[in-house]
Amino acid sequence: MSLLAAITGAALAKDLRLEWRSKDAINAMLFFALLVVVIFSFSFNPTAEESRQIAGGLIWVAFLFAAVVALNQTWARELRNQVLDAYRVSPAPASALFLSKALGNFIFVSVLEALMAPLFIIFYSLRALGPAWQLIPIGALGTWAIVVNGTFFAAMSLRTRSREIMLPLLLFPISIPALLATVNATSLILTGEASAKVWIALLVAYDVVFTTGCLLLFETVLHAE
Amino acid sequence: MYAILGDNGAGKTTLLRALAGLTKPTRGSISVSGSVDIRSVCPYFGYMAHPSLLYDEMNGTENLRYFARLYGIRNEQRCAEVIRLVGLDPQLARPVGQYSQGMRQRMSLARALIHDPKILFLDEPFSNVDASSTHEMVKLLVNMRDSGKTIVVVTHQAQLLEGAADEFVWMREGQIVSRTAAIPSPDRRESERQ
Repeated sequence: MSLLAAITGAALAKDLRLEWRSKDAINAMLFFALLVVVIFSFSFNPTAEESRQIAGGLIWVAFLFAAVVALNQTWARELRNQVLDAYRVSPAPASALFLSKALGNFIFVSVLEALMAPLFIIFYSLRALGPAWQLIPIGALGTWAIVVNGTFFAAMSLRTRSREIMLPLLLFPISIPALLATVNATSLILTGEASAKVWIALLVAYDVVFTTGCLLLFETVLHAE
Repeated sequence: MYAILGDNGAGKTTLLRALAGLTKPTRGSISVSGSVDIRSVCPYFGYMAHPSLLYDEMNGTENLRYFARLYGIRNEQRCAEVIRLVGLDPQLARPVGQYSQGMRQRMSLARALIHDPKILFLDEPFSNVDASSTHEMVKLLVNMRDSGKTIVVVTHQAQLLEGAADEFVWMREGQIVSRTAAIPSPDRRESERQ
């Protein structure tokens, strides 16, 4: 366990250092999400009540699309100079690499959400009528649902010719239950109509199932030719 | 020390990748140190590929520190020691992406040596390395061979390993066609082809 944690920590620190130096993922995500917010705000002119109804969907669609940009970058730097082969010939567990990538993406997407959320609030004059603090666990669970599957499917599509297209094709259908739960939970908090606990429980179950599945299957994906 | 020789497309790199467990053989089986489960023996071998297997955005020490962790090595001194061993300066702050091709090759060798492996698989270690550095690298490989390590080198520059390699293995179309203690003469190689 300590070896797994040590290697996960080392790989995560390396990814954060590389991202800090290149800013490939965060810049692309921010620019993309910003465009989506601006275009949506031009396309709709909702009242405050309508905003509460639709904002959950708009926010999470924007985050999902922006996350795909980062997820596509996840493995790209492992392909340059075939660095991934150095990991594959080492005794380091595959799950450590997967966890570090998923955690790294979680951090990148969370940073994006923290920066974009105030813009959504301003553009759509949002004010939560339900318990606003619940948006934090919903955000964390929803983000983890996107990045854990995204990291896995990005690795799966690594050796395909058009991996940028392959990733959303694989990721979006499997993310529908998580997206549904996240959007509904967010909308319920914003409108204050009912409790979001059922949707949060669904998100927890989804995250546990898919994190376990991805961790178990990743070794096969990493060592596949 | 084994030198694997052959024309382009002969299967030298594929053989090395199969030995390192990166490619599954289409036929037959591979055993390294008596084990057919390559994953179980991977801590004992070092692998240097034709690409550098290094992150361009990090400097040499940062790269080695990361790869050392994959083998459970936390000794900072070890990274500096290996960098010096291949003739580079551990204080070099430049990212690897700004290294010359020869420096990159040497840093790549340092990465393969970081965990002091018993077996070394090296793919074209001398390509784009200047003459004096090549000589130093061959001396280093000979020292390692003399200290009991097994070294398998894929190269087009067989003459560099004359007197250093114990066996020259000639490959053609995925098959080993000859194994000799010295570099086969061009005449003999031609007659073997026919």
